[in-house]
Amino acid sequence: MAKSFDVRRQPGFTAIAMLCFVLLYLPILLLVAYSFNAGQSISQWEGLSLRWYASAWQNDQIQSATILSVTIAVTAAFLATSVAVLAALATTRVKPWRGQTVAFAMINQPLMVPEIVTAVSLLIFFAMIKVATGYTGLWYLIIAHTAFCIPFAYMPIRARLQGMNLSLEQAGADLYGTPVKVFRYITLPQLWPGILAGGMLSFVISLDDVVITEFVKSAGQDTLPTYMLGQLRRNITPEINAISTALLAISILMVTAMFFFSRTRK
Amino acid sequence: MSPSRTRFALLAPAMVILFFAAAGPLVIVLVYSFLIPGDYGGVVWDFSTDAWFGVVAERDFFTDQLSWADAHLSVFWRSIKLSLMTSVLSLVIGFPTAYFIATRPKGSRDVWMLLIMIPFWTNLLIRTFAIMELIRNEGTINTVLIAMGLVTQPIQMLYTEFSMLVGMTYVYLPLMILPIYASMERLDFSLVEAGYDLYATRWQVLRRVIFPLVKPGVVAGSILVFVPCLGAYVTPRVLGGGKQLMLGNLIELQFGQLRNWPLGAALSLTLLVIVMIALIFYVRAAGNEGNAHG
Repeated sequence: MAKSFDVRRQPGFTAIAMLCFVLLYLPILLLVAYSFNAGQSISQWEGLSLRWYASAWQNDQIQSATILSVTIAVTAAFLATSVAVLAALATTRVKPWRGQTVAFAMINQPLMVPEIVTAVSLLIFFAMIKVATGYTGLWYLIIAHTAFCIPFAYMPIRARLQGMNLSLEQAGADLYGTPVKVFRYITLPQLWPGILAGGMLSFVISLDDVVITEFVKSAGQDTLPTYMLGQLRRNITPEINAISTALLAISILMVTAMFFFSRTRK
Repeated sequence: MSPSRTRFALLAPAMVILFFAAAGPLVIVLVYSFLIPGDYGGVVWDFSTDAWFGVVAERDFFTDQLSWADAHLSVFWRSIKLSLMTSVLSLVIGFPTAYFIATRPKGSRDVWMLLIMIPFWTNLLIRTFAIMELIRNEGTINTVLIAMGLVTQPIQMLYTEFSMLVGMTYVYLPLMILPIYASMERLDFSLVEAGYDLYATRWQVLRRVIFPLVKPGVVAGSILVFVPCLGAYVTPRVLGGGKQLMLGNLIELQFGQLRNWPLGAALSLTLLVIVMIALIFYVRAAGNEGNAHG
């Protein structure tokens, strides 16, 4: 054996890994590329143009779907993060207590139950409420989104809280700080990165949801993903690619930001 | 306030939301699965076990004879078959990729993992669209093949089980890589070296040393891919085109066109039970993982 022997090498593994990265990104890159196509086609290149962005921008349906998507995502992310902070305070850095398992199971439940099952159950439940109250507004969607965002908001907040020392809070309490003041001036400033991460994650998760929204929405309540799903039956133009690219950009920005955020913290 | 009352007050808001918009409605689904379908959707409040029979059996309209519900069983079979195939294909691609990342220098591993996670955190519908645009009859692959003169007619890939397999593998692959990478990152390479010192070939080292050590990660990854595949709705709808149904689509059909809410409820709970069984195996695998590494 002339060459130095590398114990870590496995024949073909690097090639498969490279192929894997190419396969992961090629479809997305093509989708993005065709959003800039001058022609009608999503597979034949006819020159560079922003016409589909302009046409998406001027499309009334897309406009209202965008507003609805953002409204729901912002509200749901805010609500989910708020209640997740409180829940994390009750379940982290405390002595184990009876019922803790139930609380964890409840919080993680949206991750375990298949989305289609949750969607169907909410369809039935909200249909009952709609009949009983006559209310068909936006709050059904907001509450549904809040529920499945809670575990995503909870995870980074809990992780952050676990890494925090209780001694500062105890010092605050020793100096006659009320629980509210201790939380406001000691816990919250330290917890902030976790809260931000949880909020961003919730926002992205809510923005991307299709299945639950599709089943819960009332007539005329299309979000961007359900609008796109509805367009499938028609002739697809690069307009869909343009919306997709915009949504992709938001997700990628947020995930990358979170990555560097959690990295510099260490 | 006593500690337990504080705890209660802190947990209450999250629990109320989760109870009303996640856990509680599941109970209503259970109730609905024992009712009779209404004529225009909804239910009639009479107890019946017909919906549960309907999951696997059907009654002949005229002769009242019971037989297997072939339409449902074929959907169950397709769901399980495609989920298994997706897990295997993801493993074949994911294992070497996780190994590749785990053997990079420490600083760059995070960046490689970020490259895996970015697609995962982007919209599932958009990733499915991306695959669709690639394999449509007028899509990129067929256009290139025709331009190169390799085929004269586009190859029909969309709306087949093949397209669903490709789509689900594409969409859920990161779920396979993540736990395998987590196991592999902690792999002690001096054990690998010891294997080579004992004249093992690369294949023997892979099979007898590396694989057993990362097996919990492989099991965890396989289940993490299998479970969402089983309940998949968007990917089979877009890439199966309503012709190749999976369980999620069959459930939707009962609440939409077929207006049989109790049957839809029973099918949903059947799916839920299968998923829960798979998750119990997952928790066991994850538990073993913890033990194996102290």
